[in-house]
Parts: sequence; structure tokens; C-alpha cells
Amino acid sequence: MNLELSPADQQFRAEVRAFIERNLPHDIREKVLTGKRLAREDYLRWHRILYERGWSAPSWPKEFGGPGWTPIQQHIFDEECGLAGAPAIIPFGVRMVAPVLMRFGSREQQEYFLPRILSGEHWWCQGYSEPGAGSDLASLKTRAERRGDVYVVNGQKTWNTLGQHADWIFCLVRTSTEGRPQEGISFLLIDMKSPGITVRPIELIDGEHEVNEIFFDNVEVPVANLVGEENRGWTYAKYLLAHERVNIARLGEAKRELRQLKRLAASRPSGGRPLIEDPRFRSAIAELEIDLLALEYTVLRVLSHESPDRDPGPVSSVLKIRGAELQQQLAELKMLALGPYALPHIPEALDFGWQGEPEGAGEWAPITGRYFNMRKTTIYGGSNEIQRNIIAQRILGL
Amino acid sequence: MDFELDTDQLLLQETLQRLLARDYTFERRREIVKSPWGFSEEFWRSLAEQGVLGVGLPEDHGGFGGPVEVMVVMEQIGRSLVLEPFLSTVVLGGGLVRDAGTPEQQSDILPAIVSGDCRMALAHHEPGARYSLDHVRTIARRRGDGFELHGRKTIVLDGAVANLLVVSAWDEAANGLSLFLLDPGTPGVERVRYRTHDGRSAADLKLEGVVVPAQRLLGPPGEGLTLLERAVDQAVAALCAEAVGAMEALNETTLEYLKSRRQFGQPIGRFQALQHRMADMYVMATQARSMSLLATGRCTDPDAVTRRRAVSAAKAFVGKAARFVGQQAVQLHGGMGISAELSVGHYFKRLTMIEMTFGDTSHHVAVVGDAIAAEAH
Repeated sequence: MNLELSPADQQFRAEVRAFIERNLPHDIREKVLTGKRLAREDYLRWHRILYERGWSAPSWPKEFGGPGWTPIQQHIFDEECGLAGAPAIIPFGVRMVAPVLMRFGSREQQEYFLPRILSGEHWWCQGYSEPGAGSDLASLKTRAERRGDVYVVNGQKTWNTLGQHADWIFCLVRTSTEGRPQEGISFLLIDMKSPGITVRPIELIDGEHEVNEIFFDNVEVPVANLVGEENRGWTYAKYLLAHERVNIARLGEAKRELRQLKRLAASRPSGGRPLIEDPRFRSAIAELEIDLLALEYTVLRVLSHESPDRDPGPVSSVLKIRGAELQQQLAELKMLALGPYALPHIPEALDFGWQGEPEGAGEWAPITGRYFNMRKTTIYGGSNEIQRNIIAQRILGL
Repeated sequence: MDFELDTDQLLLQETLQRLLARDYTFERRREIVKSPWGFSEEFWRSLAEQGVLGVGLPEDHGGFGGPVEVMVVMEQIGRSLVLEPFLSTVVLGGGLVRDAGTPEQQSDILPAIVSGDCRMALAHHEPGARYSLDHVRTIARRRGDGFELHGRKTIVLDGAVANLLVVSAWDEAANGLSLFLLDPGTPGVERVRYRTHDGRSAADLKLEGVVVPAQRLLGPPGEGLTLLERAVDQAVAALCAEAVGAMEALNETTLEYLKSRRQFGQPIGRFQALQHRMADMYVMATQARSMSLLATGRCTDPDAVTRRRAVSAAKAFVGKAARFVGQQAVQLHGGMGISAELSVGHYFKRLTMIEMTFGDTSHHVAVVGDAIAAEAH
């Protein structure tokens, strides 16, 4: 047993840190660190910088153009990016559809799509949830009917993240109503420019536009864009979800949030003394730091004996549950640290460079909104209740 | 980075598992609990024969291994609810003699620990101290070449079965804490023994003019607090491992119960409210294991600040997990959970005592909180 990183991994961390230090554009970093809105181009600029270095797809093996990092190295990279204030890599292409294509896609699909995901030419989004199919995803109704060499897709997807920026969407669609609901689902890749697609924004409680409804009205999709076999999409979807959950702990970002929470508590006065002097608030921060440490070492245990194909199995549900809860608690404590300054809602203050009244608003404006927004973490990616079902059934055998 | 046990450590684990399966069934343990102080000389000798009492002690005195081996043993102790004073004797007493003893003290005491002849207890806690290690009113006065001790010690864990004590006292001449090796039969020592809720035992001591010769001073005079802090951090890491063993065994027992107990015509484990409870217990125990590994890896860190922060974080988390798992296991067993017949209640009691030993969760959260505030300044 040894808790220390190997000298090679320590060297790797130093290399990653130095690269980010030199290459992360200052304005993007500031936006991330201060919680300002990021534009599509901000994400893509950073993606292209990583692409030039060969690091835009940290989880990919070398044969598909990835860096071929070990799970621990990928973790180090994510952590350094999170700590430094780099924008999160948009997961839908790199971390979600790409592993499915590598495992189940045709040679043509791999050769066409993977290089474009790597370079950032294609921005992907996800078409899973529907108004009537949330946790019970297998009850989805969006239909794809085969007509010659196209599928004709009709239906509605929802809770689609950042689809307003996307070039492509991967969708679960119903191709059969025979047998169990899971057995009639297929996995389709759809060009967002196809005629018949309408993207309608959903306003969230923080007032922001992050998610969309997507309507499909007789959208024609070439049969060549079916992944794997027809009616086998559920298997691919589950494979994808397990990958989504590994990254969901988002430790680097959580550590950065904790650092900001401490800074906030040290600088916010409470009755004339710094808030951190309040033993109750101090203990709340300490408990969060301890919980985060418990999650970090659980992640490291999972990573340190993970196979290269990166499906850690149902234990990823443990990481999802705790990662989601801790992100919420961090957001909550940051809001509590503001005291009455949590009240002002100034949407313009989320724009980079905004300077306005009241005093401090520019710095604090994103915090309460983030608290509202982060309620999503225990709901998305398979709600925490669904994760508990998975643990009960697949780990505990109940 | 590597969280796996090596071959020798796995062998130690298997050896101990075999011994416990044979000699420490729940029924056998129940008999040992009925003995006056919850101690089996016979089982203690078996531990010695298997070499377990040398874990973490120097090889030239018959010992082997370090914190990881201690963790391996403590997990099994937790799984089988072992009552005998391994922590007090080997980790605390043996650890202090290993780190601070003179060559004579080491060759006198360490082989006797390994052979099972010497059973130790740490006589440190005093009324009013709660979890502070620096609250000591017992006084050591120089007398000739040696010392004379006056004071009171309470909640001396395993003090009822120990034949060698480490006593802390305020050393007036050194202006600091000093540690002393003391035979509990020394004139002037009055020992009141009692049982604890987990089937173990403890003692209170009155020390009135107890004469200790100079060669029984343990470590440099006035350096006792630093030595104790280091020893207690190692003991806390060991307790975390014990709690992990107990929690995992308790979760297994509870899971079996959920699968076998039937109500409303089906196993109660079919009910989602109970499935989610059990899933949360699993999540807590999984993370508690991670924290136990962290504590084990850091408990001998030469940097006291790093060591303390990691160990306190671990004890805080493990304490919280132990309370949650213990309470929920009782709840999931219904009335059987509070009957003394099943092991469940006994795991719950031991887990509770572990939390109350060397600082509960809120104590250790506050330690981490103070470190955070110190960083912010």
C-alpha cells in the first residue's frame, strides 16, 4: 500500500500544471473562476489549445488519437484543469458518444466522427430524456421508422444540455414496440442541421439557458447513422451512463469550490469578525472538506485498480451519489456565506467585465444562482435514487 | 499509488481469519464477555503464537510490519468483535516503548508483549479532560534519582486486565508532561476496575505517593505530550480500521437479514425504503474504508500537522459512518436489533464506543476546522 503518486505521475502532474499555466487564456480562466457565463467559443478555444497538445480527449486510447493515459493520469489531468479554472471539457462528444462509437460503432462511423470530436469541429449533445421518460428512460417514445435507407424520426427530447451550440445529437429512439421496453430501443446519430429539428430553450430557476427541448418532425436520418444493431441501443446507453458517472465526482472543480468557500468565509464579516471565526460555520466547512477527502480517496481506490476500458461497474453509483451531494453542499455553503448579499439577482453581472452596483455584486452574483442550478446534480445522470436502486440490485443483490 | 495488500499482509489476514473462525465465534465471545473482565488468557496466547502481538513492533524484538499490518489486524478485530487488549498493548503501549523506550526498556518489554506475557494500558485521561490530550493534573515530583506520582486517572481502557501501565504526569522539574512505566501493583496505586458497554473493561486509578525509579521514565522528561500525540494518532488510525471491519461485517449481517426476513409475503429487502437505507450504509462503509486507508498511510507522517489533519479527518468521517451504519443496522433488524441475542446490537455498541474513544466526530471536525482557520490567517 502506498498513498503517494509515483515519481512519473508527479512529473506528469507538474507537466500538466505548467501547460495549463502557460496556455489557458486569461479571460477564460477569469470567467471560470468568477462564475461568469462562458460562450461557445470559449469552450472551443480551450478545446483547440488542448487539441494542439494532443490532450483534447483525456480518456481516449492512443489508437483513436487520444493520449493513452492511465486512469490515474486522467484523474490528475481533470483535477489540474478543475483547480486552475479551465472550462470543463464538454462531455457529450469526448466522454459519452465517443466511447460508444469506439466499442460499438462501425469503422466508417469511427473514422468520420472520432477525429471531428477530437478537433472540436463537432459539438455533440445528448437526446435521452423525454417528457414521459425520465428515470424510467426505457419508456421513451420518440419513434424512428425505417423507410428505405433512412430512419424517419418523430418525437420530443428534453433536458438537452447546451444543444443550442451543438452540431450533432446522439439519440435513443424507439424502433420496436415488441417485447420489453428495453428491447426496442436504438442508438442514432443525428445531424442537428437536419430539416424538422426544432430546439426550444428551457429557462431554469437561475434564469439561465442551459437546457432545451428538442422536437423531431419527420427528421430523416441515414441508416448508416445507426450505431451497432437495431434494437440494441439500451446496452449502448447503459455503457455510456457508466462512463458518465465516473467523471461525475468532478473532484478538481469541487476542490476549487472549496478553496473559494474558504476564501469567502475568511473575507466575509459577520458582526464585525470574519465568518470563519464562527465555530459553527467553520465546522460546516471542515465537515465538507472531510467528506470531499472521503470521496477523493474512494475515487482513487476505484481508479487505481480499474481496467483500461474504464467501466468501473456499479461502484460508479457510489461516486455519482456522493459527488452530486458534495457539489450541492459546496454551492449551498457558498450561498450561506454571503448572508443577506445572497438576495440580489443581477443577470448582467454574469457577463465578463461587468462593473456595477451594489458593491461586491460582480463577485458574488453567480453564487446564489449556482446554488439553485446545482440542484440538478442529484437529478441528472440517473437520479441519486436510481443510483441507490443500482447499488441495491447490482452490488447488494436485493 | 496502490491500495492493495502485499502477499505477506494477505497471509497475515488469512491466518487471523482462520484463527478467529475457529476460536472466536460469536458463541465463544459471549462466554469471554461473561468472564470477570472480558478477557481470555487462552485466546491471548493464541494471538501470541500466531505472531499477531508483534505487529508494528521492531523485528529485533520479535515484531514485524508497520501501520498497514496493524490495519489488517484491527479490521479482523472489528469483524469478530475481539475483546482482548491488542490496541492498548501493541499499538499504544508497544508503540510508545518502540518510539521512546531506552534499549533496556525495549528489550525488557517488547519481547514480553510479543510472547503475550505483558498486557499494557495507557493511563492518561483525567476528569475534566474530555478529549484534550494536554489536560493533566497528575504530578510527578523528583525524589532522589526517581519520581513520586500524585493524582487520578480515569477511563483507563483495558486498565482492568493490564499488568503494565504507561502513566502521564506533569513533570514539575521538566515543566512538561513526562511518561512513566508503572506496575499496577506498586504501593500507592489504587485501581478500581469496571466493565464498559462493549464487553471490555477499564479502570480508574488513584496515585498517592507512588514511587517510580528513574529507569522507568519513558522518553525524555517533558516530552510526553509530543510522544502521546504521535501514539494516539496511530491508535486512532487503528480504531478507524477496527470500525471499518465492524461496519462491513454488520452490513453483511444486515444484508442477509433483509434477504431472509419475510413480511407482507416477501423478503423485506424487496422494499425500496429499506433498499435505499442499505445502499446508503454501503456508501458510508465504502468511504469509511477509504478514510481508514488514508489514516493508515498518514499516521506515521513525520510532519505533525499533515498527520493530525489526515487522522482527524478520518476519525471524524469514520465516527459519522459508524454511527449511521450502527443505528440503521439496528433499525433494519427491527426488534431483533435491540435484543442481545444477535450480533447486531453488539456491533452497534462497539462502534459507538469507538466513536467515543480518542475524540468523537464533532471533536475531530473542530480539529480540522481549526486547521482551516489557521491556514486562512
